[in-house]
Amino acid sequence: MSATTDTGAALPRPKIDFAPALAPFLIALIAAPLIGSTSTFITLTFASLAMGLMLFTMASGFTLVFGLMDVLNFGHGAFISIGAYMATLVFAPLILWSQADSLALNLGVILLAIVVAAAVCGALGLVFEKLLIQPVYGQHLKQILVTTGGLIVVEQLLYALFGPDTIPLGLPTSLRGAFHIGDAAIEKFRLLAVVVGLVIFVGLTLTLNYTKIGLLIRAGVENREMVEALGYRINRLFLAVFMAGSALAGLGGVLWALYREQVHASVGQSLTVLIFIVVITGGLGSIGGCLLGATLVALVANYAGFLAPKFALVSNIALMVAVLLWRPRGLYPAGGR
Amino acid sequence: MMILSGDPPRGRALVALLAVIVLILAIAPFLFPGAKSLNVAATILVYALLVASYDLLLGYTGIVSFAHVMFYGVGAYGVAIALYGLGPSWGALILGIVAALPVSVALALAIALFSLRVQTIFFAMVTLAVASAFNVLASQLDWLTGGEDGRSFQVPEILRPGFRLISGRAFGVELNGRVLSYYLVFIACAVLFLALLRVVNSPFGRVLQAIRENPFRAEALGYRIVYHRALATCLSAAVATLAGALGAIWQHYVGPDTALNLSIQLDVLVMVVIGGMGSLYGAIVGAALFVVARNYLQGLLGALSAAASGAGLTLAAGLLHPDRWLMWLGLMFILAVYFAPTGIVGRLRGLDKGSG
Amino acid sequence: MTALLSLSGVHTHIGRYHILQGVDFEAAEGKTTMLLGRNGAGKTTTLRTIMGLWRASAGSVAFAGQPIAGLPTPSIARAGIAYVPETMAVFSGLTVRENLILAARDGALDDSRLQWIFGFFPALKKFWLSRAGSLSGGQKQMLSIARAIVEPRRLLLIDEPTKGLAPAIVGALIDCLKEIKRAGVTVLLVEQNFRVAQEVGDDVRVMDNGRIVHRGSMASLAADATLQNRLLGLSLDAHQ
Repeated sequence: MSATTDTGAALPRPKIDFAPALAPFLIALIAAPLIGSTSTFITLTFASLAMGLMLFTMASGFTLVFGLMDVLNFGHGAFISIGAYMATLVFAPLILWSQADSLALNLGVILLAIVVAAAVCGALGLVFEKLLIQPVYGQHLKQILVTTGGLIVVEQLLYALFGPDTIPLGLPTSLRGAFHIGDAAIEKFRLLAVVVGLVIFVGLTLTLNYTKIGLLIRAGVENREMVEALGYRINRLFLAVFMAGSALAGLGGVLWALYREQVHASVGQSLTVLIFIVVITGGLGSIGGCLLGATLVALVANYAGFLAPKFALVSNIALMVAVLLWRPRGLYPAGGR
Repeated sequence: MMILSGDPPRGRALVALLAVIVLILAIAPFLFPGAKSLNVAATILVYALLVASYDLLLGYTGIVSFAHVMFYGVGAYGVAIALYGLGPSWGALILGIVAALPVSVALALAIALFSLRVQTIFFAMVTLAVASAFNVLASQLDWLTGGEDGRSFQVPEILRPGFRLISGRAFGVELNGRVLSYYLVFIACAVLFLALLRVVNSPFGRVLQAIRENPFRAEALGYRIVYHRALATCLSAAVATLAGALGAIWQHYVGPDTALNLSIQLDVLVMVVIGGMGSLYGAIVGAALFVVARNYLQGLLGALSAAASGAGLTLAAGLLHPDRWLMWLGLMFILAVYFAPTGIVGRLRGLDKGSG
Repeated sequence: MTALLSLSGVHTHIGRYHILQGVDFEAAEGKTTMLLGRNGAGKTTTLRTIMGLWRASAGSVAFAGQPIAGLPTPSIARAGIAYVPETMAVFSGLTVRENLILAARDGALDDSRLQWIFGFFPALKKFWLSRAGSLSGGQKQMLSIARAIVEPRRLLLIDEPTKGLAPAIVGALIDCLKEIKRAGVTVLLVEQNFRVAQEVGDDVRVMDNGRIVHRGSMASLAADATLQNRLLGLSLDAHQ
């Protein structure tokens, strides 16, 4: 075989862009002296971690759906609301479990709520995708309009089914309160949220990197057409991703409902705003960017919420603007598009 | 046809419908002397202008903004803050409007330059985020905006209900400040609507449509896409601001729920799609239908709901509850996007073509 | 001689443009058929139409006797056709290994087949765990072809594999194409480089303005300078 000059050439090392990943530390570093007290700083930072991982759970589906199929689902928040209501449905009959002084029963009821919410939202995701999104593939304007319409209708349906009032949702007994490390408080439920969020992040990362379906998703984000030319039906893959993304949104909805200890149909709409800031900041379509964006948004929201409570959301906009000035496509956009 | 900028409604059914709507609006104070009906008419006027300015973005330029109502809010708050702070004088009113306009245009320009550079879909997401933040901000700055409660204020003397233009009645109706307010709103909305019509039929408007149809081709022809889109954003923001000012003058009150809420933005989206994207006349039809539906469809739903719960159909009763009217409009909205992307206006025009 | 692939009266529109205006030709089983022609003649569109990436507006495409026009791309691929696009379209975020795992859609990678590929593309073995995006242009082309042959396929559609590559790599590609032919695979090859065409082509089809304007054997076209000049014009001079 002919030796080519090319095979011997040294391969340039892939450049890894570390700078954006340092941003959370930079923000923590700036905020620490302003906050002053170490214990408050630890409490806030841990709260941010929990909130960030919950936001990540909810936003990951949105960003993958966009990355794979160029679909902007403005109705994504609807699944968060549905998930939250599913939590109330599971908690109501199992009140004895959640009030029992048993960590196993308490976690059991949460696990059940998560499973139910994910299953229901995944199934509804199938309906949503077939009914609303499939007819408007490739048409951004119509996608935005139709999915916004879907959000309106789902929200109204939730009002019709569950009533317009806020439903309180109590935390199970053993998850109330906090662990104390010195003066710093680590709320128990937030610890659970961190664990669940990390499990999801690790699970998603492993799936995307080490399973064939994950490889297909990553390949599809880069070049849909070539995945089809290799013989894979990308529409089915997309449907699966959409259902998984909706299920994750529902799961996030359960966590969020427990975190706020209440449920209202408008929660999806208001979280949509945060999710958008997360994915714009992190870069559309990438899981790593999504985690980074979620962490940044949560840090800024918590620090600003402590330092200047009135300007928490505005400070997130400021974060987004600052990031866009630095990286117009967000910190880690997918596929370098 | 100069007044319509050479862009008449076209289609007999559409002309007839528009003529009826405009005529009713023009003589509304004499047709429906009741306060509620006049309020419905004025709301239609202000919304028609707001929706028309939104259509310049959505229908003509092809970009989705969720911050349009924010600009409406800027105009409304401008007037409210000026009249509340400086007292009910014409000078304060004008100052409020003049101060609000540059705020809106600067905000619009900033958003446009930030998000349109990358991808137009960014624009939809960024505007939603910015508008929510603005809403929160307005609810928080109590000293300036009155917070959640908003601001009630006095308008200049001759626009108040107590003012009498002439002592007698004309066609059986008192010519009071309320009627004068109505005609101020009517004339301002008409003039601004015609100005928008002029814009969309100008060379600038045609470039916008060319960009919407085929951005790459338009760019190849030498049009700067970002420049044109940004200009359209600013222009539509300015008109929305003026609509907000008119809304404030009519209502004597401005608060987050009447001038900034995301649900108003969704209403505007519904109005423009059902009326017809890409035709300013759709704004009039959409606004009229929407406002009438909101005010009177609820009554119908209430009756149906009562009937359903009488028949023991709890779920049906819930779905038909008057507060669920937005769900039915949302369904109409989705169906309109699929099956009638040109809205009622497009359908009516098609009707005419069909019949020869 | 039986035709594995046959197109008759194929028309393809892209937007408002009428690109293919009645393409008729056959590709014989086990042979390498060259598709030559000027830029813009419709060669790439022909490959994409066969692959179902553009939909033919009229005409028929038959593969192994079965009509495939109108089928979705994945079904066409599963019928046994592999595509190496002009852009190579390697998944740059995936490693060489991962690219090939996806290409082996029926299961695990077959080691003996891999060794066969490494035989003519040793670079792929060397950079087995590197991201495809960090490969050179020639290496990406090798990966793209390797993806098409990592499992046995009956027909390969290859679009300008030598475009922009250094002469030494072109040599390796020629060896590879000959090896593929020896393995009995049918190839439809779009090529601007006449030397490559001459070395690997059995049959030749020349396109112009969305139609086939010449059918014959590669050897007879290579021997007839006047015909070459008439059919291929400038593209011939550019490569000599």
